[in-house]
Amino acid sequence: MKTRGTMRRARRAAESAAGDMVPSQGELRRIAERILRLSEADETEVTIEAESDALTRFANNTIHQNVAEERLDISVRAVVDGRTARATTNKSDDESLRRATAAAVELARHQPKNPGLLPMAGPAGHGAAKQIERYFESTAAATPADRARVVAALCKEAQRGKHTAAGVFSTGAHAMAVANSRGVFAYHAQTRAQFSITAMDGDSSGWAKATSTDVRGIEPEVLARRAMEKAERSRQPREITPGRMTVILEPAAVLDLAGFLFYDFAGTAVGDNRSCFNNRLHKSVFGKNIEMWDDVYHPLQSGAPFDGEGVPRERVRLVESGVPKRLVYSRATAKKMKAKPTGHGLPLPNEWGEAPLNLVMEGGESSLEKMIASTERGVLLTRVWYVREVDPYEKVLTGMTRDGTFLVEGGKIAAGLKNMRFNESVLEMLSKVEEMGPAVRASGEEAFDMVVPAMKVRDFHFTEMTKF
Amino acid sequence: MFDIATTAIETARRRGATYADARVMDIRARELSTKNGEVGTLNEAESLGLGIRVIAAGAWGFASTDRLTREGVSACAARAVAIAKASALAKLKDVVLAPEAPVVDTWQNPYIKDPFRIPVEQQLDLLLAADGAMRRVKGVTLAETSMAFRRIEQFYVSTEGSRIHQVKMQSGAGIVATSFAGDEIQKRSYPNSFGGQHTLQGYELVESFDLAGHAPRVAEEAVALHSAAQCPEGTRTLLLESGQLGLQIHESVGHPIELDRVLGMEANYAGMSFLTLEKLRTLRYGSEIVNVVADARLAHGPGLGTFGYDDEGVPAKCTPIITNGLFTGYLSSRETAALIGEKQSGGTVRGESWNRLPMIRMTNVSLLPGKGTSADLVASTDDGIWMETNRSWSIDDHRYHFQFSTEIAWEIKGGKKVRMLKNPSYSGITTEFWNSCDAICGPEEWKLWGTPNCGKGQPQQVMGTGHGASPARFRNVKIGAAFAK
Repeated sequence: MKTRGTMRRARRAAESAAGDMVPSQGELRRIAERILRLSEADETEVTIEAESDALTRFANNTIHQNVAEERLDISVRAVVDGRTARATTNKSDDESLRRATAAAVELARHQPKNPGLLPMAGPAGHGAAKQIERYFESTAAATPADRARVVAALCKEAQRGKHTAAGVFSTGAHAMAVANSRGVFAYHAQTRAQFSITAMDGDSSGWAKATSTDVRGIEPEVLARRAMEKAERSRQPREITPGRMTVILEPAAVLDLAGFLFYDFAGTAVGDNRSCFNNRLHKSVFGKNIEMWDDVYHPLQSGAPFDGEGVPRERVRLVESGVPKRLVYSRATAKKMKAKPTGHGLPLPNEWGEAPLNLVMEGGESSLEKMIASTERGVLLTRVWYVREVDPYEKVLTGMTRDGTFLVEGGKIAAGLKNMRFNESVLEMLSKVEEMGPAVRASGEEAFDMVVPAMKVRDFHFTEMTKF
Repeated sequence: MFDIATTAIETARRRGATYADARVMDIRARELSTKNGEVGTLNEAESLGLGIRVIAAGAWGFASTDRLTREGVSACAARAVAIAKASALAKLKDVVLAPEAPVVDTWQNPYIKDPFRIPVEQQLDLLLAADGAMRRVKGVTLAETSMAFRRIEQFYVSTEGSRIHQVKMQSGAGIVATSFAGDEIQKRSYPNSFGGQHTLQGYELVESFDLAGHAPRVAEEAVALHSAAQCPEGTRTLLLESGQLGLQIHESVGHPIELDRVLGMEANYAGMSFLTLEKLRTLRYGSEIVNVVADARLAHGPGLGTFGYDDEGVPAKCTPIITNGLFTGYLSSRETAALIGEKQSGGTVRGESWNRLPMIRMTNVSLLPGKGTSADLVASTDDGIWMETNRSWSIDDHRYHFQFSTEIAWEIKGGKKVRMLKNPSYSGITTEFWNSCDAICGPEEWKLWGTPNCGKGQPQQVMGTGHGASPARFRNVKIGAAFAK
């Protein structure tokens, strides 16, 4: 029989967007300690991730999908006689934890010895990760009704303007902990919110998107207005002859192109000869105005301040005055390549090593308005779509423009354009940057969220045109 | 497990849902990989949870949880109803579902060898043998191999009386040789790129590949590509092997026929479709020899889009998509079928896991075979380019303009493959491309390929889809734009 307390908890969970809040540091620590106690492996590492997310999706000016999830994944890595393997469960009862631990041990035993496997990280070797406050109660506690009210108002606004709107409004919370039998315990909790809208207007469309750890940092009305204005301004899109031309990339477009570089900065990628920086480190690859960091501590970034082994992440200056100078390293890769670990290791075992997940590019003094005003003839891109790598060494990417492509003539937006395909080397693109705006947190659909500026780039290579 | 699902829909009904369906899914996965002679990934995972979808106040709500206590299940169902009522704040009209008779059944795909019962050492030995064979070829700078297995058990109930138990076993494997030299990275994969070939079979699938036997050829071709000629630019006759053609079908037929895209439901993310409703049974999608079906039935083969019932309890069906070149069908759900006046759903709704809302997904969208062999195809081509194994793919958000590149190509002159070409690519407009098809090889070379990584929806979910094809020829295709200077 349900108690009144149970009923209250059930009602609260039913009314909350994020369901029950994510587990506390103490709760995750207790789960980790249970596993460490029952493991018979030489060394044991526990990674726990808890998520509570909700997403309201709208299209055709109505909510058509509205979802919520809560989950807890508990992952055990065992080391047995120089071998390692991982097993994961989403059940936290004793029997399931015992079974997952035994499975990790069993998998580890049945493989060749790994000569490159290091002892697990200890707390003394790398220090404790710096805490970053990225959890906001306002975001964790947002309800479906909160989101629906915002969406309903914007859908009505879209209808009034004879637009068709589609998009998402999501809120949620995430907690993770990494603990091991050598005494490491690292915990991070953060909230996340996203609003994205596409406004369609017959033969044109516009788009805007923002993400934040704090839902109060997102302004859905501003984003909706921007998307609708783009749709209105790009009506009756024209065709132009594709070719090399000046392009003004809004931050989301910069993100979804430059973001393809992220794994090239991994020590393992260079060691495996599959990075575009093979034989190019310490050379002038980009323009002198390009500065790039990996910086999880940047105020506009998000994510945990430690890596898959619980090692604190370091700020790494990847590109200095256009010269790629540094890579990121896991502990094992660092040893192999005679470098210092930077706290970017992916959960072991894996073949990828490490990756910078918090890229930050420095911006400039210009602005979108100034870039448009200084352009005699060019194209303004809101976003790019379906970007894929054509040539991994020259880093040629192909993709399409989408939801707001404009012809700029005589320093003004002259017309909307039909969408175009590009084939452009990111290495070349970042060598041809003429102006940059301030760096902002950008969100697209191809790359992790990054902090990047809008850019004006000369001779961007459009190769073909589509029909709309 | 049925009890959990039943508790969920009964709670939802008590809370005011007029319709509910629930899925309890128990998923087990194993992933192995090697790189340059060492074990890379070696993971096992299990995930058990509940997803419940409801209609309340005429609108949709979905909630999921892995807390499968009575309290957790009830809270999840109550949340789904609360979410549906919130959805109704922005409702234009009530959700209507096309009718479907309730089903009580159990279904499992056949397989011979349970991959989870095969010792890990044996699986690693197989991968390491292929890894070693690739590295023995001079010039190979990176050898990678992988295997992946999933067992998906699902318990589905609905307030309309359906109660369906399904078990699906998926297997897959592949190898890749990469060669970095000068200023180029070249690679070759087998049996397909991006993880290899995956189907609804057991470990017997992996054994059938003979990875170690193919490894030397794969490695040699990766190295040989460095000294091959650059694929020329121009308008040429294009011949595609069936793996690349499978992805061409996926992108330029499979996605545009998704009715949720056509109706604007994916406009913000995956995009829409050029196949607007007036084109049904009027658009000449391809040439007369082009016949495409969406077939989820086991009789079509053990594809990643094969099942007994979809996630709305609709039995697996075969829908003619292109019939003698004419566009004849969409992929639909109960909701979208009702929206366009169809009597029944096409039975294509699936969710990646218990925590994802089921949505329209490709089943096995396959090009039916024609006549002859690939040898006949080459012999009957005076001047053309044969392309093989996908390297990159991109298509616009209405699914009109595409560009693909492949790992390798061969130039054909006078009915013979005369030289290897590197960095091949081709591009075009979907309907123009399919209308230029003038030959499709016969059933002896027809293969049901698996695409294990199809992304769609927000939050994104990854689904496996199937694509049968035999090699085919296309005239007047634009070649080489990706590498044009």
